[in-house]
Amino acid sequence: MDVWSGLALGFGNALSFTNLGWALLGCFLGTAIGVLPGIGPALTIALLLPITFKVSATGAFILFCGVFYGAMYGGSTTSILLNTPGESGSIITALEGSKMAKNGRAGPALFTAAIGSFVAGTIGTLGISFLGPIVVDLALNLGPAEYFSLMVLCFVTVSAVLGGSALRGLASLGLGLMLGLIGIDLQTGQPRLTFGVNELLDGTDVVLVAVALFAVGEALYLAWRASDEKQQVLAIGRLTMTKEDWKRSIGPWFRGAALGFPFGVMPAGGTEMPTMLSYYFERKLVRPEHRKEFGTTGAIEGVAGPEAANNAAAAGILVPMLTLGLPTSATAAIMLSAFQSYGIQPGPMLFTTQAELVWTLIASLYVANIMLVVLNLPLVGLWARILKIPQPQLYAGILVFATIGTYGISNSVVDLAILYTLGIIAMFMRRFDFPTAPVVIGMILGPMAEQAMRQALTISQGDWSAFVTRPVSVCILLLALVALVGPRVWGLVARRRAA
Amino acid sequence: MTESRAGFLKPGAGPDRAVATAVLLLGLLCLWQATIIPATPLYAQVGPKFVPYLVGAMVSAIGIGLVLAALRGGWSAQMEEVRDAPPTNWRALGLVGAGLVANLALIDWLGFVFAATVQFVLVAAGFGSRRPGRDLLIGLVVTLGAFLAFDKLLGVNIGGGILEGIL
Repeated sequence: MDVWSGLALGFGNALSFTNLGWALLGCFLGTAIGVLPGIGPALTIALLLPITFKVSATGAFILFCGVFYGAMYGGSTTSILLNTPGESGSIITALEGSKMAKNGRAGPALFTAAIGSFVAGTIGTLGISFLGPIVVDLALNLGPAEYFSLMVLCFVTVSAVLGGSALRGLASLGLGLMLGLIGIDLQTGQPRLTFGVNELLDGTDVVLVAVALFAVGEALYLAWRASDEKQQVLAIGRLTMTKEDWKRSIGPWFRGAALGFPFGVMPAGGTEMPTMLSYYFERKLVRPEHRKEFGTTGAIEGVAGPEAANNAAAAGILVPMLTLGLPTSATAAIMLSAFQSYGIQPGPMLFTTQAELVWTLIASLYVANIMLVVLNLPLVGLWARILKIPQPQLYAGILVFATIGTYGISNSVVDLAILYTLGIIAMFMRRFDFPTAPVVIGMILGPMAEQAMRQALTISQGDWSAFVTRPVSVCILLLALVALVGPRVWGLVARRRAA
Repeated sequence: MTESRAGFLKPGAGPDRAVATAVLLLGLLCLWQATIIPATPLYAQVGPKFVPYLVGAMVSAIGIGLVLAALRGGWSAQMEEVRDAPPTNWRALGLVGAGLVANLALIDWLGFVFAATVQFVLVAAGFGSRRPGRDLLIGLVVTLGAFLAFDKLLGVNIGGGILEGIL
């Protein structure tokens, strides 16, 4: 199916009354949880996973993608009005955005963030529509050996390249891989890493792990460091942009989107790097008379660019997820497990076997973008009010949903005990700067990588050289090696040269 | 630990050493569990033990790397977030912990709504709320709303309980 007939089919479905309803619900929910500090799209989608038993795959994924996109929009509101980034991609937005808000320019900051998110989200979605089928064509030539190598590359980039330290990132990944190993081995029926506990034979549930990492661990860590300091929500003021603001924003929107999308598509994933790069570019490119606004009164370019980069990268993350079945963020990993719970095999075949689902999903991303601009601009007052929910009740409420999400899996207190144990581990991970996303990615992708590896070795009749004699596979593995040791070698060389 | 050794180590590396050791132990735990996976009666090119051994070895190696990093002074003491963090708030941590334990102890007995409400009040108190009566009411509304949304709309079975039986 070519792009245009795919989109025609997709829009035909996405514009149905029910699917518009799912998109609206997802966007609304996503914006709300994006605004609330402490809850992100990964946790929300994990809690919503039970919906996969009741609703068609199309409806559920439209909802999930609405949440995913909505959280990006909502996150900017929090970082501008509270100076607390709602999620990692809006750290940079908080820099300039909160400074603008302190100087009474919260309105223009919110406006440029919303329009910038729309522009970037639309460009990103166009990217998915046109790049997706191309990637699929390439991916159809890949065998299990290449897939395994791709997954290794994905492991390395999400854990060792991003974040503070390769060792700590890989340790998080290792924990995730271990969690993924728990349970019955599908190929041979042997129990693995179950410690003799019967409840563990079914494996660990992704909902449980996500809730432990993103809700319980977070709440415990905040309690550990709790102080009575009250945070102030800044006033919005007039929600308009002057002609000057528009002129200053348009360039950063497009540059941010152009920067963000490729970063999202690459298995390096993540929204931190493109937002940071966009910030530095805009700071360099800004007209001299506005340069002094950076870091002082807040420059609108520093909000428009990174916010666009954030949204475009988020859209880009959907490309490897939909075309290769490779998740490069915690949220994408949880969405992937939703595919599995429908019995849909994610990967390049998705575009052919589930063409209707994929194109409806893509079409509803365009719809969600329009909905989100409409939801975010006139309703910004409502979102600002959500920000005023006091912290005690907010975290108490989050833990209620953590309980229900976990206890609802099997009504077992053992699950709750595992949840709290993992929550305590997550609290220490936060304190000692271990990233949490590699845990979720390792847990979901680990079993898939093992399966690909076993398939590849079955095909090659146990010959391990299959991974290094197939040209594509060896290239990908070399890339992973460069990603792993490259930065260290470069650091050594630079130090030697300096000495 | 002797004086000279303590002087050799940079201050604040102690906790990092503990964490690094925990990672190493996690790796060894995985290796130990890998050894006791029953031998498979089925033929498989790669058996069920291989990947657990691989992961266990990887985590153990990372653990050794982290122990070495911790012995060289650790990493977390210099982090801005740790250096500037307020001191441990035992009251908050204790109350939130008590909330989780209460939930764990009560949920099979009282059912989700009441157990989670008790948890709500304790957690809110932990985060500085001084009005337990109001929290009790808010908690009841939130847990009831969550119960109805998950049980009736999403079709998740939240189990029995006093109130859940009636609804």
